[in-house]
Amino acid sequence: MNAKILKRAPVSQQRQIIDKDSKADIGNIVEIEINGKDFKVPLGVTILEACRSNGIHIPTLCYHEDLCIAGVCRICVVEVEGMKTLQASCAYPITNRINVWTSSEKVRKARRHILDLLLSEHYGQCYTCHRNNNCELQTLAKEYGVDFFRYGHIQERRYSVDRSSFAVIRDMDKCVLCKRCVRTCIDLQEVGVLEATYRGDRTKISTFMDKPLADVICINCGQCINRCPTAALKANDPSDEIWEAIDNPEKHVIIQTAPSPRASIGEEFGLPPGHSMTGELNTALRMIGFDRVFDTNFSADLTIMEEGTELLLRLKKKLVDKDDNIKLPQFTSCSPGWIKYIEHFYPDYLDYLSTCKSPQQMFGAILKTFYAELHNIDPANIVTVALMPCSAKKFECNRPEMRSSGYKDIDYGLTTREMAQMIKEAGLNLPELPKSNFDDPFGEASGAGLIFGATGGVMEAALRTVYELVTGRQVPFQNLNIEVCRGFEGIKEASILLTEVKPEWSFLEGLELKFIIAHGTANAKKVMEMLIRGELDDYHFVEIMACPGGCIGGGGQPIPTSPEIRKKRAEAIYKEEMELSVRKSHENPHIKFIYEKFLTDGPCGHISHKLLHTHYVRRGRYID
Amino acid sequence: MPIINGTVLFNKENHGDGLKKALELKPQEIIMEIRESGLKGRGGAGFPTGTKWMLAAAAISEKKFVICNADEGEPGTFKDRVLLDEYTRLVFEGMIIAGYAIGASKGYVYLRGEYRYLLNKLKSEIDKMYSENQLGNNILGSNFHFDIEIRLGSGAYVCGEESALIESLEGHRGEPRNRPPYPVNTGFMGYPTIVNNVETFAAVPVIIFKGAEWFEKIGTDRSKGTKLISVSGDCEKPGVYEVPFGTTINEMLEMVAAKDTKAVQIGGASGICVPKSEFGRNISFEDVSTGGSIIIFNKDRDMLQVLKNFMEFFVEESCGQCTPCRIGNIKLLEGVQMIERGECSMSYLKELIELGKTMQIASKCGLGQSSPNPFIAIMTHFENEIFTQW
Ligand SMILES: Cc1cc2nc3c(=O)[nH]c(=O)nc-3n(C[C@H](O)[C@H](O)[C@H](O)COP(=O)(O)O)c2cc1C
Ligand code: SF4
Ligand code: SF4
Ligand code: SF4
Ligand code: SF4
Ligand code: FES
Repeated sequence: MNAKILKRAPVSQQRQIIDKDSKADIGNIVEIEINGKDFKVPLGVTILEACRSNGIHIPTLCYHEDLCIAGVCRICVVEVEGMKTLQASCAYPITNRINVWTSSEKVRKARRHILDLLLSEHYGQCYTCHRNNNCELQTLAKEYGVDFFRYGHIQERRYSVDRSSFAVIRDMDKCVLCKRCVRTCIDLQEVGVLEATYRGDRTKISTFMDKPLADVICINCGQCINRCPTAALKANDPSDEIWEAIDNPEKHVIIQTAPSPRASIGEEFGLPPGHSMTGELNTALRMIGFDRVFDTNFSADLTIMEEGTELLLRLKKKLVDKDDNIKLPQFTSCSPGWIKYIEHFYPDYLDYLSTCKSPQQMFGAILKTFYAELHNIDPANIVTVALMPCSAKKFECNRPEMRSSGYKDIDYGLTTREMAQMIKEAGLNLPELPKSNFDDPFGEASGAGLIFGATGGVMEAALRTVYELVTGRQVPFQNLNIEVCRGFEGIKEASILLTEVKPEWSFLEGLELKFIIAHGTANAKKVMEMLIRGELDDYHFVEIMACPGGCIGGGGQPIPTSPEIRKKRAEAIYKEEMELSVRKSHENPHIKFIYEKFLTDGPCGHISHKLLHTHYVRRGRYID
Repeated sequence: MPIINGTVLFNKENHGDGLKKALELKPQEIIMEIRESGLKGRGGAGFPTGTKWMLAAAAISEKKFVICNADEGEPGTFKDRVLLDEYTRLVFEGMIIAGYAIGASKGYVYLRGEYRYLLNKLKSEIDKMYSENQLGNNILGSNFHFDIEIRLGSGAYVCGEESALIESLEGHRGEPRNRPPYPVNTGFMGYPTIVNNVETFAAVPVIIFKGAEWFEKIGTDRSKGTKLISVSGDCEKPGVYEVPFGTTINEMLEMVAAKDTKAVQIGGASGICVPKSEFGRNISFEDVSTGGSIIIFNKDRDMLQVLKNFMEFFVEESCGQCTPCRIGNIKLLEGVQMIERGECSMSYLKELIELGKTMQIASKCGLGQSSPNPFIAIMTHFENEIFTQW
């Protein structure tokens, strides 16, 4: 039983996981008493879980559903009869009959004291804080009716704000040391950028040697932001610059919107998770003043054409030309967090990556070339904004490789949260707006692009196209829904048999196309270890998304996040895609158009190579 | 340094062939013997050693570990140092017997960083024991195998707390873990582990050699045997004393020739401050419990300064993990500083005492749970002295 706990990276917090597997094995029921009433709970659940599942509220701060247990904030303490001290309910597994009191005098006093202590060291004021109204510390203060600073209030900054990263800004004066970010980074994502340093009152969350975040191996995934209870972490917000561009009549400001923000932005306006706001969002963006509103799904279709073709070419070179330098399986490259992860952790394996830019960047490149030509606009005056669920996109658009047209493909990456803020600032209530469509010529996109938002989506979209290109038939799945690609299992693998192929693809006859889908870099790591051990030799295609759940769980998405919320967002996407008329990338008429008029030498041709493909940087783990 | 009153440990006549005898017994028999002796942990918490061993012995695992806690970080405590220095064998033998009893074949000594100067001595003793077949394979002809390795700490008081010690041994930041699970189930590298104090281990071969019945007669009803006490502060004969449990504070003070004593701090910074009116109390788990230190303050000492000193220690040594201890201790220290400046109102002082009570019950580990003890005790017993100063 003990070995299990040790399987992964050596992390102090990790050891403190309560072994969920062993609970399941036992399956016994324990009778306990909570606040004088009897309850039956499964052996091994924590007091917190037992209370929550029975509708008894216990406040928490360091606990997070996605993460292992820390038990450090102590706000969740409860009284267990017979024990001298209070127990952290989030960390206490129930193994025998106990009597629990969740809001006795001692408990209430202790919680209030703990809150008072946290607030005494919490620099700043809520009305000048971006987490105002969505902050767990603030919520607790309200819940406990805090109306004065019992132990004083810190008046001066202790730390400087780290603004070095394109993606994540760290303000440690607002940190409550819950260590959720630490656990997110090392345990959930297995990156390991953050750790507590120093002791006692000087304890703070630091990077390696306290370097700026931009100079360590942070992959910009922003998962730490999504789980930070306060404003200590936030994304690097470009909205001021975007407003400025909008207000400048000389600038032609284009926004493209990715699939995931539509499925989640309603949450920022008080809707429950799982409401798609595509049409309303288009209206809002026009009202804000964007000159054109395009759909990233268009360039997702483009990505599928390029990436699918690249895969087929690799297969041909490998199988027909017997070229051993060709690397298979081909790994997807649309998740910039994943790209930076592999550049740092597996720099020797960059050749496995597809050379395709992400849909965001492809779109930008097309806008500043083809689109500018078509509409006779000076590309220097085009400002491209990408509404993304992602903080890593902010880093990606600033990569020096991403300006092959002579201009930055994308000028600004904007997160769902920042977009919602802009909409509110414009005085709009999103859910009440009328719906409208995307602008032409890139307004129409296939559903294949839409499902990019959830883990497995790229794979599903690619299979629909690759299978049909090769066999001339639709993928053999009901309603085109390739169910094996869906769902939130960490690593999914499956295969599809290619038979009765078209003559030009005869070398693929009878090939069992094997693929793997993984989300979250912890799972990506497992896949990479499989690759290194040679277990993927007969696989062909691997989809990896850096964020748990894929883009719908991206680091720019509304806070909070949980498995349940991510599931709802994914459902919204799949539902919306069923309603679309075109559901295969290669059938998107605008895609056909662009290959006829502009990318005239076809997918993976010369022009597309210059504009739509990229290369990677061997970063390694040690940065000087 | 005088070493006085040896009835158990400080009496070489009691150091016989405990190890040899132990290896002739069955593991369960050893555990029974230790349980019957009534031996309780000497590191401070006083958990029954036999019970701890029994739990670890019952855990099913391919590997188990024995850890000797030689971090001795409590201010005013230096009795483990004497044991390690002068009774090294006894400690190692205790570890081997523990390993045999619970089914472990590896032991670690977690040695306080400041005791590095003992390292060579300890290592050469270990080498000697290997050459005498008291360590390694088939110890003394049995089929039991045991190795001991020494690891150095690096100066954090909290690493004496057993789960933080284990984290530190594993190479991580020394932070206490959540409990349960306890080390006897999930300890070093996730394996069942017992952590015992140096003095606890030292008592083991003596108990096996002399018998539980003999040991059980020494001490009080619920505290068996003797306790090593490091005495420091205002007295003529500071040093390490071995006294039977039940010895009163007055008796101790007489023994060390202390005069005009106003208060004693028992159990180090996190222990209890006993004022003169209570010197009739005795040293035992049921009355005044201690990991092994007495600091004596005579009438000339300023108790506020004494307290400030302790609070500075805790502010420095809190691992910073949990809220009550990380921020609570600094608030208490600031309170002391406010009193010094004459700026602390009685109502704020009451708030701080209430805060101290919260820290006692809501902190994650023993450090935060006991760090408000001196604050509460000194503010209660010496309120008049402190508030008439200015
Ligand atoms: C902050 C803190 C520091 C401690 N330091 C020590 C120490 O230096 N030596 C020690 O033996 N026990 C120390 N302990 C107690 C240990 O956690 C543990 O209870 C002990 O090693 C168990 O051994 P025993 O049962 O033989 O006493 C400390 C506890 C706390 C909370
Ligand atoms: S982080 Fe929360 S508590 Fe702190 S200032 Fe911002 S909203 Fe207020
Ligand atoms: S953005 Fe991702 S990689 Fe960077 S610190 Fe946060 S969790 Fe770690
Ligand atoms: S930065 Fe945020 S998540 Fe990290 S410890 Fe501080 S408050 Fe918690
Ligand atoms: S009580 Fe203090 S030393 Fe113990 S875990 Fe909490 S902060 Fe760390
Ligand atoms: S929520 Fe349980 S200790 Fe923080």
